[in-house]
Amino acid sequence: MAKKLSQEECFAKLNEAIEVHKGSQGALMPILHEAQHLFGAVPLDVQKVISKALSIPLAEIYGVVTFYSQFTLEPNGEFLIGVCMGTACYVKGSGPILDRISRELNLPVKTTSQDGKFTLIDTRCIGACGLAPVITINDDVYGRLTEAEIPSILAKYINA
Amino acid sequence: MELYRSHVLICGGTGCSSSGSLTFEDKFAAAMAKHDLNKEVKLVKTGCFGLCEAGPIVVVYPEGAFYSRVTDEDITKIVEEHLLKGRIVKGLLHGSAIDEEVTKSINEVDFFKKQKRVALRNCGIINPENIEEYIAFDGYQALGKALTEMTREEVIEVVKASGLRGRGGGGFPTGLKWTFAYNAQSEKKYVACNADEGDPGAFMDRSVLEGDPHVIIEAMAIAAYAIGADEGYVYIRAEYPIAVKRLEIAIEQAKEMGLLGKNIFGTDFNFDLKIKLGAGAFVCGEETALIASIEGERGMPRPRPPFPANKGIFGQPTVLNNVETYANVPQIILNGAEWFANIGTERSKGTKVFALGGKINNTGLLEIPMGTTLREVIFDIGGGIPNGKAFKAVQTGGPSGGCITAEHLDTPIDYDNLIELGSMMGSGGMIVMDEDNCMVDVARFFLDFTVDESCGKCTPCREGTKRMLEMLDKICEGKGTMQDIEDLEQLAYTIKDASLCGLGQTAPNPVLSTLKYFKHEYLAHVEDKKCPAGVCKDLLAITITDKCIGCTMCKTVCPVNCISGEKKGQHVIDQDACIKCGACIDKCPVKCIVKK
Repeated sequence: MAKKLSQEECFAKLNEAIEVHKGSQGALMPILHEAQHLFGAVPLDVQKVISKALSIPLAEIYGVVTFYSQFTLEPNGEFLIGVCMGTACYVKGSGPILDRISRELNLPVKTTSQDGKFTLIDTRCIGACGLAPVITINDDVYGRLTEAEIPSILAKYINA
Repeated sequence: MELYRSHVLICGGTGCSSSGSLTFEDKFAAAMAKHDLNKEVKLVKTGCFGLCEAGPIVVVYPEGAFYSRVTDEDITKIVEEHLLKGRIVKGLLHGSAIDEEVTKSINEVDFFKKQKRVALRNCGIINPENIEEYIAFDGYQALGKALTEMTREEVIEVVKASGLRGRGGGGFPTGLKWTFAYNAQSEKKYVACNADEGDPGAFMDRSVLEGDPHVIIEAMAIAAYAIGADEGYVYIRAEYPIAVKRLEIAIEQAKEMGLLGKNIFGTDFNFDLKIKLGAGAFVCGEETALIASIEGERGMPRPRPPFPANKGIFGQPTVLNNVETYANVPQIILNGAEWFANIGTERSKGTKVFALGGKINNTGLLEIPMGTTLREVIFDIGGGIPNGKAFKAVQTGGPSGGCITAEHLDTPIDYDNLIELGSMMGSGGMIVMDEDNCMVDVARFFLDFTVDESCGKCTPCREGTKRMLEMLDKICEGKGTMQDIEDLEQLAYTIKDASLCGLGQTAPNPVLSTLKYFKHEYLAHVEDKKCPAGVCKDLLAITITDKCIGCTMCKTVCPVNCISGEKKGQHVIDQDACIKCGACIDKCPVKCIVKK
């Protein structure tokens, strides 16, 4: 959804969100969530707009953005692959699954591929421990995985 | 009111919805429409049933037929056989729901039989997106009782007398916390709910919010009345979109019915509730860090005192409780302190929800009276270890807890017993490990987590955990020395003593407890350069035995081309190039490739 909006439209929406939250206590976090959703990241030029509107120093905003893992400075790839590294998944072998995906895509963990198609991350527990080990690719969830299933799952997205 | 002859309960919890259960409602409706059943059978999308292992779960009442791992094709069968002809489809029932051709209702199944549900009482029973269903199950009665029949002091007295302790990890007496906030002098006070469930392997708070969100609203309103607050915040992980959505719906519905807002139940009590989204920082589960995050800052803890009860959100007195703690409150108000205090052990009252995961047959969420033994949980309710493997340890308390070994399985679970064993209750994650798990690797896993999540404010936690991780990495790579083990232990105690908040104070626990119970595994890594469980890659060698038939399958599958050999001849792995991925082991048709 976010992709269809032009840069100007995103900034317009951001300003709307700023208007809604401005004045209420603790306004920064909800605005950052909105920015992350709109732009797919919270880059510096977006932070500057927020800084001006809320009269919060840019350094402080940068500090908050880099503190929380939900906010990123650069947008993720078209497909965000998250391998759950919660304890339940880990003891059931999510480590080798992460290695395998990294190897199949030739993509180190926590990076985005050159063509912008995939971002591979190890995520915190997503709370689907009953399905361990679990990976998510955007909104799709794949549970009770074995390493052998990885290539066929990835193929769907590589060819998408 | 319309009457239905059957109810079909479809689990809409995270586990089941990940396997597609959210589409089931429409599919059932479509299949039922063909037989004109929509007026006779009611579909209910509920919260989590708990036995996530068996998901997607569908339960049909009045029989209580427990269908597990339901697929799209199964839906047609259930509609045509069960709903139309009244015959339970035995082949689709969960294995434990059928005993020599005799079907059991879901409540008679071993997993559910031993449980006692207080916090989870409505999960998997009501539709969480419908306030009327909550009200039909005594919802908002406790709030009504508190506001119209009890004084603020009486409410606090009941919670105190019940013996309820914080379910988020610390186990602080809830009534006492409320008293502090009640006594604090201020025009403005807040109540807050900690739904920043960051403990890996624990998902009870999520299940309560997804399955019964109104109970949190009701309990927070009761707490607000008791301490004299008129505003509340639920701080919830952004990673839990379904929980956020259902809570939003619940708050809207409560507002429409006048259960939130001004003059609730015709009294002069006003209460407004807002949601604040977390943004992925484990340390925000610590109360002062959570408050900083609500205020829009980096979620970093600050020294206490002052405690939040005196100086909390925006500097005002604040009561902050965990989701599961709140979920107990309405039942305590309705049934009385004595009822609650009669459940559990002397110093730990009531029930506790555990998220059972890892190497266990029945993965899922369960609620048991305090004092139940670990053995009952793991073997009776959890169904034991899969694939005939041996039980090694159970990890409780997440990154702050420790491991408990087989010899302590008969310990009754309560706050104090677990601490005595070198672990802790934590939020209730319970991860079972078998002989294939390396305990040094597990300790390293948790340290890796804390290093990543340490906020960096205090030196012992920021630098200390990092040094501990380096030592553990060394040991797992086979480069460790005896001095490392000694240093590890000493540093662990220093970090425990000197860290600012709970995260640092408990971060060394996984190392200390594995050192206590599994020192021999550390020694094997250091002295023999061996990983007994075969997990630590650098200490493994993958070799091809002389049973090799020379089929070349391993050679084709090897991602780094480190296997050589002629067709029909013995194959050999180049140990220097091997990355120990194990792909060849899976591929070998005669199982002649071994890891040791």
